[in-house]
Amino acid sequence: MEALELPAVLENLDTFVEFVRSGAVSFGLSNKRILEIELALEEALVNVFQNAYPEGNGLVEVCVGSRNEKEFVIEIIDEGVPFDPLARPDPDVTQGIEEREIGGLGIFLVKDMMDRVEYRREDAMNVLTFLVSKEQAGHDKT
Amino acid sequence: MEISAEKDQKGVVVCVTGRMDAVSSPAFEKAVDAWLEKGETMIVVDCCNLEYISSSGLRSILTVAKKLKTRNGKILLASLTSVVKEVFEISGFSTIIPIYDSLEGAMADL
Repeated sequence: MEALELPAVLENLDTFVEFVRSGAVSFGLSNKRILEIELALEEALVNVFQNAYPEGNGLVEVCVGSRNEKEFVIEIIDEGVPFDPLARPDPDVTQGIEEREIGGLGIFLVKDMMDRVEYRREDAMNVLTFLVSKEQAGHDKT
Repeated sequence: MEISAEKDQKGVVVCVTGRMDAVSSPAFEKAVDAWLEKGETMIVVDCCNLEYISSSGLRSILTVAKKLKTRNGKILLASLTSVVKEVFEISGFSTIIPIYDSLEGAMADL
């Protein structure tokens, strides 16, 4: 797997996105699927940028690779406060404008767009893993 | 993300090009706020060149929509592209923010 570790700040979002995009292109995913991966990545990273390090300074590492050449794997690793994003309840997507809360959608979009999402806490680190299956042959690349 | 806007007699058409993400969404809100300060209440966002939107973008649109509602105004979105439309549908935003297949369709409803 290839890894990129940078300070967990919004200014580094684009760098992480480029890094993952390049891995996804090499793996052979469609443009549409790549956009979906970028979205999931942004949601996970912004959450780390905003919440992992209340004291302010910390790093986040993103790793990409393939599992059995059938799944594209992205791991987001931080050493911040223990946080399992999958344990949160989904937002109510049926609410109208007045009731609708601002926020809460990030992980919901991640779970919908990625084929599989896993979380584990390991050695004082949060490890969030996204798995994207290789698309069927003949799949529309747009 | 690039934002350009044109005032029409019915309202303001805001054209967004590129990506509305955590970095660029504040600029969208600022741009719309500037129009609201001038007294505009009808905003159409032309999304034909918007290739990507994250929850930060949705949050900005919702903030704008709530503000407009208090002024009896509205925000309409036109010509959503594939992944953007998908995000609107999954999040339920397609039921609270009016979405049109074309700019003409949106303008007709202003």
